[in-house]
Amino acid sequence: MQMKMSNTDYTIAKDNDGKSIWRFLAGELKPRGKFLTPFNIISIPVMILGLVLIVIRFWKGLGSITNLTQEVPWGLWIGFDVVTGVAFAGGAYVLTFMVYILNMQKYHSIVRITVLNGFLAYVFYAGALLLDLGRPWNVVNPIIGNSFGTSSVLFLVAWHFLLYMIAQLIEFSPAIAEWLGAKRARKILSGMTIAAVIFGITLSTLHQSGLGALYLMAKDKIHPLWYSEFIPVLFFVSSIFAGLSMVIFEGSISQKVFFKQISEGNHKAHNGILTGLSKICAVAMFAYFFLQVLVFIHGKRWDLLSTPMGYWYLLEMFGFVFLPMMLFFYSYRRNNIFMIKVAAILTMLGVIMNRLNVTVIGFRWDAAIRYVPTWMELAVTLAVIFTEIWIFRWVINRMPVLRESPSWVNDKN
Amino acid sequence: MTLNRRNFFKVIGVTGATLAIGKQLRAAPKTENNIEFSGVLYDSTRCVGCQTCESSCAEANGLPAPVGTIQAGVVRKTDESHRTVVNAFNTSKGEAYLKKQCMHCNEPACTAACLTQAMYKTKEGAVIWRGDKCMGCRYCMVSCPFDIPKFEYHSANPKIEKCNMCYNRLKEGKIPACVENCPAEALVFGTRRELIKEARKRINDNPEQYVDHIYGEHEAGGTGFLYLSAVPFDELGCNTSLQSKSYPELSKGFLYSVPTVFVLWPAILLGIREATKNNNSNADENE
Repeated sequence: MQMKMSNTDYTIAKDNDGKSIWRFLAGELKPRGKFLTPFNIISIPVMILGLVLIVIRFWKGLGSITNLTQEVPWGLWIGFDVVTGVAFAGGAYVLTFMVYILNMQKYHSIVRITVLNGFLAYVFYAGALLLDLGRPWNVVNPIIGNSFGTSSVLFLVAWHFLLYMIAQLIEFSPAIAEWLGAKRARKILSGMTIAAVIFGITLSTLHQSGLGALYLMAKDKIHPLWYSEFIPVLFFVSSIFAGLSMVIFEGSISQKVFFKQISEGNHKAHNGILTGLSKICAVAMFAYFFLQVLVFIHGKRWDLLSTPMGYWYLLEMFGFVFLPMMLFFYSYRRNNIFMIKVAAILTMLGVIMNRLNVTVIGFRWDAAIRYVPTWMELAVTLAVIFTEIWIFRWVINRMPVLRESPSWVNDKN
Repeated sequence: MTLNRRNFFKVIGVTGATLAIGKQLRAAPKTENNIEFSGVLYDSTRCVGCQTCESSCAEANGLPAPVGTIQAGVVRKTDESHRTVVNAFNTSKGEAYLKKQCMHCNEPACTAACLTQAMYKTKEGAVIWRGDKCMGCRYCMVSCPFDIPKFEYHSANPKIEKCNMCYNRLKEGKIPACVENCPAEALVFGTRRELIKEARKRINDNPEQYVDHIYGEHEAGGTGFLYLSAVPFDELGCNTSLQSKSYPELSKGFLYSVPTVFVLWPAILLGIREATKNNNSNADENE
């Protein structure tokens, strides 16, 4: 990307009314709008605290701020930030599939914001992985090729994260080019969209399921209600409605927060988009629920249901999969936008529950000392999320993500 | 609609990239048959619980001296500064001991998990950790069915600690420190094949002294350390519910499906795209 930018510097400089690119960028970096908003007042102290904690973590070791143990080496930062965060970022591959592969033009207006959301989620949540690495200076080893651990599922996931980030950046890059006024660059970049989309969907299929496959070798450590050889398939199918629920949730907030940037036509179309998405969610959740039932019956685990973990499992399956699935069906039929949002939030809670049950709560459920994250792990997680939202807001306020592309753009990519 | 020149290049590009990457993701073969794997036979019936193995291990590897004495019923654990411990158990045949350390699996879960080959099964059979490659992700710890790799949580430059069968000593032609110093001859070093033969012989010669089971012969696909005992192994705190398939087998199916998806998906996606494009009559298209 940087290489490409430098190649087009000349064009950019010329297109921005003769202003130098650096002065333009410096101007764009300045904050816009009111500074002391409630969100800023809450998020700034948390981000500063998170930064301090991260310094302590690299100075004194992981044990100084986390509760990780020798038995539970992966905690909240992996189980929530990475595994759950990536599931929520799945909306990008589902939507690009719908718009660019199935040609469902109805959803075109929300592609950019979803891809941006997905891209930032990968950058920040996969980036949070670096905080969890004990020896992060060796992170290049699996990439530069001096020691490929090709039999590792994590090797696959790491490579896919990296490649998918690039694919998403290419998918989003026309918006960056429009912001910089780089006409020629935009033409080249938007020509790459379809290839990036196809590559991106393939990568997503594999690493969404790969995140589940990571836990296949921990057969004796995960509670049998959550362990099965089908974890990869279940993770993949659930990433479809996890991602779309996030799109519904984030879209509903963006509609309010960035109200002025959205054209009237797109405002009107939004409810239609939500009902369409709720139908897809409902069908995907039905498939997921059916799969879970099959896995359960196949595993002959009836006796485990009457244990505390069994009740917890039933709550997840019925309260946070079956119930929101019925709500999605109902609200699609009745065109009830409010219930769609309720269902989306329930679904998201269910996905958080499921991912944490596999990675943290059900992991070593029988250990004498259970892992419970420290407040500091939570604070760092929150800081990561807030930083992501800051960047998200910064981009939306500057680039044509929600608002219409500049008039010189004659295709819609 | 026919494939135009631009689309043709796209297909070629995607397929080419796919083939190149698909090759790298294929699981690597793990066994090398040039040299036989070495291992250690631990005979619990001979062990007297003197902890000499613990102190000689610490000395040989520059680690702090062992802490705590053996007490029946109290389970001490290996940790980031103690690679081996001996525990005493109250069993159906009185007090018995069990030494714990890395089992040096034939097909280790930790090495299959490692994305940098920092955890490495040497051709001699020892499973070693290489700090210059490790990025500290701790996936080896998640995967190991014996919970052996330990992580230095309180260090800015943390290491993974585990028994490496004294790999440096093996290279010098010596035997592991614990084996060399065991006064009760409870530990024997040799090739895995010889050790299994020896263990069988001991069981056959004294059938009333041993349970008819060599722990590690089949557990987790076979391990380099092999245990003999007078009582069933669950009484000695050994996990007896481990599968006899190796643990990497569990993720092999997923890894094998990767190249298939990588080849088929782009083709299918392009196909669907072309098919739905024909149905779409409106002119505002992307190309």
